[in-house]
Amino acid sequence: MIMTKQEKIIKADPWQQLKSFTRARIAIGRVGISLPTSEVLDFGLAHAMARDAVHLALDVEALEADIQQQQFTTIRAKSMAPDRASYLLRPDWGRRLHEQSLMQLQNISQAQPIDFLIVVGDGLSSLAVSRHVAPLLAEIRNFLPNDWHTGPVVIVSQARVAIGDEIGQALNAKMVAMLIGERPGLSSPDSLGIYLTYNPKLGLSDADRNCISNVRPEGLQYATAAKKLIWLAKEAMRIKVTGVALKDESEVQEIA
Amino acid sequence: MTYSYIAGTRTYQFADLKTVMAKATPARSGDFLAGVAAETYAERMAARMCLAQVPLKRFLQELLIPYETDEVTRLIIDTHDKEAFAEISHLTVSDFRDWLLSDVADTSTLKRVAKGITPEMAAAVSKLMRNQDLILVAKKCSVITTFRNTIGLPDHISVRLQPNHPTDDARGIAASMLDGLLYGAGDAVIGINPATDSLPALMDLYYLVDDVINQYNIPTQSCILTHVTNQIQLIERGAPVDLVFQSIAGTEKANKSFGIDIALLKEAQSAALSLNRGTVKNEFGESNVMYFETGQGSALSANANFGVDQQTCEARAYAVARHLSPLLTNTVVGFIGPEYLYDGKQIIRAGLEDHFCGKLLGVPLGCDVCYTNHAEADQDDMDTLMTLLATAGLTFIMGIPGADDIMLNYQTTSFHDALYLRKVLGLRAAPEFERWLKAMNIMDAYGQVQPIANIHHMLQNMPKHLLSAA
Repeated sequence: MIMTKQEKIIKADPWQQLKSFTRARIAIGRVGISLPTSEVLDFGLAHAMARDAVHLALDVEALEADIQQQQFTTIRAKSMAPDRASYLLRPDWGRRLHEQSLMQLQNISQAQPIDFLIVVGDGLSSLAVSRHVAPLLAEIRNFLPNDWHTGPVVIVSQARVAIGDEIGQALNAKMVAMLIGERPGLSSPDSLGIYLTYNPKLGLSDADRNCISNVRPEGLQYATAAKKLIWLAKEAMRIKVTGVALKDESEVQEIA
Repeated sequence: MTYSYIAGTRTYQFADLKTVMAKATPARSGDFLAGVAAETYAERMAARMCLAQVPLKRFLQELLIPYETDEVTRLIIDTHDKEAFAEISHLTVSDFRDWLLSDVADTSTLKRVAKGITPEMAAAVSKLMRNQDLILVAKKCSVITTFRNTIGLPDHISVRLQPNHPTDDARGIAASMLDGLLYGAGDAVIGINPATDSLPALMDLYYLVDDVINQYNIPTQSCILTHVTNQIQLIERGAPVDLVFQSIAGTEKANKSFGIDIALLKEAQSAALSLNRGTVKNEFGESNVMYFETGQGSALSANANFGVDQQTCEARAYAVARHLSPLLTNTVVGFIGPEYLYDGKQIIRAGLEDHFCGKLLGVPLGCDVCYTNHAEADQDDMDTLMTLLATAGLTFIMGIPGADDIMLNYQTTSFHDALYLRKVLGLRAAPEFERWLKAMNIMDAYGQVQPIANIHHMLQNMPKHLLSAA
């Protein structure tokens, strides 16, 4: 009985079939001119997921274990941002290594350059990192040329994209692939981004990188992303540059 | 002129006018990031005390960004209307606030003096105003513009229908468009943020919206928010372009980072006017063909703020807008992120300041009342800001299905929100559009949205992109 009354109060929209064309919140109905309770709660839950993705600290220990399972060694680092609040307020701090981390990395740096360095940063979504980095690495492992020296996977906390440049420089890497949690959307709290930078060093800009965005099962699949990344990396190795000069034609041509 | 203020035993010294302005600004993260904010609460108030005593004339003498190196400064100075300014030229910033709030400054007076007010004067006085002052004065300002309908009439609020889709899928866009129209939204503009940069794909989007507008004979206008150079090219190729969009900022260098200058905007305006697609003419016998977006922090993020606080930079963008007689100008207030506007309080304040400064200068200001998920804000803050802005006579807000933009990944206002504002504050849609809503049985004779039956004309004759769904 109560259900029937409620259904009369809630005006459903008779264009439900259009929902199959978009994930936008269309045809959600109304009570008077307002949102039905269920919509308010759904929205609140989505926002809560996105907020947690930003604010919950990355479980570095668990991530290390996952990454090591993929036959990579790991090393930890941190940015100059001491906590999340200052990370959000000072993007410049998130782009630079903490002094201690810089020294540690320089100490293990070797004369033989790393061909392809992988850096994992929490960015704006720890959820993206904890969910997608390990399975993505498994796929990257499948496509990696055997003769490439990879070095340890660096896990850096309170990180922005550009911190990969300083890490790459400290570890004498020819190229760095930064795997980082993207700014979460309401319908995508766990998007992982990949930024590839050839000859990483301090002072580069986004124009010097290639970006692969929205890596997650509902977006770009792990295998597709890994294939694209390694295609770009091989091409970067060949033309010795990334960024605007390197066009992603991975779907057009395969590089042997 | 020296800038100082003595508070008790302490003398506060400020190097120049832009320092006084920056330190007088209500606290916000972007000014801290830029290193221009007051260091203490007392210093902030000392700066306000000092700013209060500055004569308005001073802003024509001490330019915050040099005339020689910045074309926005040159625009502000070269187009300053001395006759309009005469009425307020004897005032200090403090007097100016009092004058604005007094009954002397009625709608026609404010309109008369608008071209005598520079962005810096507007920004300065806003720093001495409380939120209610910003609301009260903005409410007295009238800025009316036209294209296929009339925007900005008193006690009206319009809605930009924003049917974005992450891959520009035509059916996805058409579905959101239909959803919005059936909720009574879309009188400001139907404006798409495309994911693509490709000209043929953009051309398809123009035809998609134009087809819908024509099919249902909707008195509104379309816009595709791609770079202005793309739009000029598409006009040359015969695209049905109603409004030309561009993001603009308050300094020449910041505009350069957007790949634009004032001459390019003028060229785009001429191109759009040459199509003569607007059917309603404004008081100057023309239609308004430009749509601008702005937002505090854009100059700093391009490293182009020159020590000027972000709110003053933003007000300077309105001088650029004013020069191009836009149909709409949209401050996208919470999109840029917490390093510029940290939380709900800062976003709300910035939205009210932007709206006040824009309206005072004579710009048809709307607001993308919005936030990102890394800002300390939520739907309650958006409710507060949209209610305050609509009370202040905001020209338009965004309308997105369920307030969730799945393409740009942020939260803005919904079709429901617009209906809420219209209901609570007794506001109406643009008159031509309202007549259309009534003719389409979307709105009843009393202005309330009606239940839509599945035999409704718009559902029975859906855009061709959606026919496969019917």
